[in-house]
Amino acid sequence: MLRCFTILALFAGMTVGAAALAAEPTTAQLTIKNRMFTVQELTLPANTKVKLVVENQDSIPAEFESYDLSREVVVPGHSSIVVYLGPLPPGKYNFFNDFNHAAQGWVVVAKPSQAKTGE
Amino acid sequence: MLATAIIVFREVLEAALVIAIVLGASRGVAGRGRWVLGGIILGALGAALVALFADAIAQAFTGNGQSLLNAVILLLAVLMLGWHNVWMSSHGRKLASDIKQVGAAVQAGKQTLAALLVVCFTAVLREGSEVVLFLWAIAASGGQEYGMIIGGFAGLAVGVAVGALLYRSLLFIPIRHFFKVTGWLLLLLTAGLAAQAAGFLNQAGLLPTLGSSLWNTSQILSQQSLLGELLHILVGYIARPSGIELLFYGVTLVTIFTLMRLVRWHVNRPRTAVAAARGQTETQVSG
Repeated sequence: MLRCFTILALFAGMTVGAAALAAEPTTAQLTIKNRMFTVQELTLPANTKVKLVVENQDSIPAEFESYDLSREVVVPGHSSIVVYLGPLPPGKYNFFNDFNHAAQGWVVVAKPSQAKTGE
Repeated sequence: MLATAIIVFREVLEAALVIAIVLGASRGVAGRGRWVLGGIILGALGAALVALFADAIAQAFTGNGQSLLNAVILLLAVLMLGWHNVWMSSHGRKLASDIKQVGAAVQAGKQTLAALLVVCFTAVLREGSEVVLFLWAIAASGGQEYGMIIGGFAGLAVGVAVGALLYRSLLFIPIRHFFKVTGWLLLLLTAGLAAQAAGFLNQAGLLPTLGSSLWNTSQILSQQSLLGELLHILVGYIARPSGIELLFYGVTLVTIFTLMRLVRWHVNRPRTAVAAARGQTETQVSG
């Protein structure tokens, strides 16, 4: 019975969280080509949940990883995966291709006032 | 070659440290070697399968398949470790005294060996599949087969050596305190794995972030440093944690700890009651 409690307690938090799901967020795109990112800086809006599509145009797998964002996902060759980011406060967040550490990049989140100047 | 060795080392390290702690926690239990080895072999086979079907897994659940798979594997490990720890909280003392008296492997403690097999399986499965995919990526990018093979084996060897070092160090702890220490190590490890699972569910968009980067200690202790990496694996250190990761860490820690205390109290109470009753009877007889 105690085991059931453990299971219940662990999943209670999950269900509460799942209920709080937001609407479909802003989409951003990141491309991997020749084991590198095609852009080094990815500018994202502040305090907004972003759906990031990572596309790997190579035939070999890559891994989108970030300690700053707690993100880690393998991107097989010739395919795209989805990673949700944020809502992020303004700042810089490093990411890299774990299968080729020469490939480094930054998510740049500008202060809301600057980010909204275009609107 | 060195880059290959370092990346393989980082992946192997996580599995090796988990296995080292599991070996510590199952110290003195008969047949544990077979169970742990079984977990490692099954994990390696599973890793090859996951790597083979990486494409299909990545495409599943609208591009979130891999995050979900990782989260499920991690939560499975969390449940198994939690069960083991709760079980040990009531049997650890007896196990320690049995090991001291018999001096050889004891039968007690076999109940949770299956759980520990699952834990080793999940550790090797997760890290192993990444190693396979990474080595494949290196091999396919061409021109450095020997460097890759040497680097891969060097990374594997050093990772296993660090795991062995941790296990050897654990054995220096006196048997009286041993299971208390491994219990705490497992508890923190489990909370860290739960936080990782929360990260995967969050990156799949299934859980809210509850605040990104609540604080940033990467200037003090970077997760890319060896110490940062070690602490990340062992106690779940995250330099820039999100709210959901903290919540999962805290809830797991408190839940398992509370269950451990409850079970210990539950086990100890009847014994004291019986002892008290016996004492009473003896007094009556003698009176």
